[in-house]
Amino acid sequence: MKIAVCVSHVPDTATKINIGSDGKTIDPNGVTYIVNPYDEFAIEEALKTKEKLGGEVVVISVGNDANKETLRKALAMGADSAVLLKDENQRDSFGIAKALAEEIKLQNAELVFFGKQSVDYDNSITGQLTAELLNYNSVSVVVNLNIDGNKITAEREIEGGKEVVETSLPVVITAQKGLNEPRYASLKGIMAAKKKTIEEKEAVAANLFVEVVEMKKPAPKQAGKILGSDSSAVSELVKLLREEAKVI
Amino acid sequence: MANKILVFIEQRNGQIKRASLEAVKAANNLAEKLSYEVTAVSVGNEVSDLDKINVQKVVHYKNNELENYSTSAYSDLVAEFAKESDAEILFFGNTALGKDLAPRVSVKLEAGIIMDVVEFNINDGNIIASRPVYAGKALTNVKVNTKKKVFTVRPNVFSLSDEESGSAQVEIKEVSSPNLACKVVEYKKAGGKLDVAEADIIVSGGRGLKEAGNFKLIEDLAEVLGGAVGASRAVVDAGWRPHGEQVGQTGKTVSPTLYVAVGISGAIQHLAGMRSSKYIVAINKDADAPIFQIADYGIAGDAFEIVPALIEELKKVKA
Ligand SMILES: Cc1cc2nc3c(=O)[nH]c(=O)nc-3n(C[C@H](O)[C@H](O)[C@H](O)COP(=O)(O)OP(=O)(O)OC[C@H]3O[C@@H](n4cnc5c(N)ncnc54)[C@H](O)[C@@H]3O)c2cc1C
Ligand SMILES: Nc1ncnc2c1ncn2[C@@H]1O[C@H](COP(=O)(O)O)[C@@H](O)[C@H]1O
Repeated sequence: MKIAVCVSHVPDTATKINIGSDGKTIDPNGVTYIVNPYDEFAIEEALKTKEKLGGEVVVISVGNDANKETLRKALAMGADSAVLLKDENQRDSFGIAKALAEEIKLQNAELVFFGKQSVDYDNSITGQLTAELLNYNSVSVVVNLNIDGNKITAEREIEGGKEVVETSLPVVITAQKGLNEPRYASLKGIMAAKKKTIEEKEAVAANLFVEVVEMKKPAPKQAGKILGSDSSAVSELVKLLREEAKVI
Repeated sequence: MANKILVFIEQRNGQIKRASLEAVKAANNLAEKLSYEVTAVSVGNEVSDLDKINVQKVVHYKNNELENYSTSAYSDLVAEFAKESDAEILFFGNTALGKDLAPRVSVKLEAGIIMDVVEFNINDGNIIASRPVYAGKALTNVKVNTKKKVFTVRPNVFSLSDEESGSAQVEIKEVSSPNLACKVVEYKKAGGKLDVAEADIIVSGGRGLKEAGNFKLIEDLAEVLGGAVGASRAVVDAGWRPHGEQVGQTGKTVSPTLYVAVGISGAIQHLAGMRSSKYIVAINKDADAPIFQIADYGIAGDAFEIVPALIEELKKVKA
């Protein structure tokens, strides 16, 4: 079975964000990029599935040359091949999904992993959009997955608990923390990854369905009052919560 | 005929979710500015209080197999009704279900989609939706270029008042053979009581509590306040608390009315999940901890002294 994993290349979550000169995107200066944290769970699950059921794992990313770093990391973890779908311009999630769907079709992958969310725009939709474009089943925010022949049983995290979902291949799974413990790339894996080539092609054209018109910093929150350093401050706190904040 | 906004009404066990009523409120606000008409659609089996939704009309797709969520069936039915009724704009709550369903519906309608909206404005006739990105470190104003548009609204932002209830006409549409290609077969309730993603008051604990057993203090404080228990990643990674309680970048994003952080330093990834809370209280023995930068009220002292005193004081005023 061919297994695809879609990965995004995002600013490190600890990065300080500055707005770029266009006023619509971030200033990339001094920003460190990493594999999207949730995509590491997606890669791990794909590798585990391959180890159990056989098959081949291809990682796919839409973006520019910088994304190769993330693809290389997935290869070092153990993916068999990598495809970069190139576009120098910013795409919206729909444009990314369209490019991914096209490639997944070409690859003939019936099991596709995504992260539940990219930690840049925090959309959490690309997996579901791609599934719909491919007419595949999908389960999002998955913390437990079982594949038995054609049958898929997945647990997804929801408010207050978990839902157990039954479906079948072909399927898109979006990975949530808790699904597994991503492995570290071994030295051997890193060496092997250096020898693998990343296939590059143009991403299929797509219209911008949505468009950022402005990006700005949120209004800074005024640091509040420190009311004291021991329990004598408690009665004032409760008074403020009652009278000023009116929350109790 | 006026253009239409359609709001998806989410139910669990036949009870309507508050996030959906907030979506109705956001839709009504927008409709008033645009002179649009608002309709609601729900999917499920028996659902209470559909007639109390503040719209003229609610269409309910009904079948006992639809009581639990099904990505395939729900997306088919909602998209079908959106087409049939020629809705131009769709609203969903940005809940676990909404986040799963809305993108699939958007593709069926070839509609641009904007998730987790916290504010709507109209500029030159365009709807401009504001949403946080980079875990709240920046805000974007986004517009949809397609004729049809899908929005999900962040819970607890468009807060409800009492006048929100209406008297809607409910039309039931029996569904004969729903597409159950994906189907929820079981719901496993988590051990905890109230989920942080839905709570209006959250009390979170961090590594400053020293050990798992001391979370009893956090639970007790949450209980007197009628809130949910949250946690920092440090204590989730240590195995003191379940991941479902984690607030932050790799946990849940919350915006309750009151967020109390106890023994939490306020790392950027934690702030990412809670900075939009309306009121933030910090209790931390280090007066320089970054959490105080965004707290409205702080006590720079020992949690083991402050929290029990706070519980006592709250019990007194609530008595
Ligand atoms: C990719 C990535 C994602 C992450 N995602 C998240 C996330 O989703 N959520 C999250 O929370 N973190 C996340 N983190 C981790 C984050 O960077 C911090 O490490 C974490 O939030 C720290 O947790 P803490 O505040 O409980 O612990 P600490 O930083 O150790 O803080 C403990 C605090 O307790 C105070 N304290 C000690 N004793 C007492 C006492 N007796 N009374 C009162 N106060 C006391 C100390 O002064 C200190 O400020 C992420 C990190 C990375 C790299
Ligand atoms: N540019 C991209 N290339 C490949 N996969 C992507 C890209 N952007 C997002 N994804 C995938 O979609 C998931 C959800 O992203 P998002 O919808 O942007 O939050 C990510 O975890 C990735 O698996």
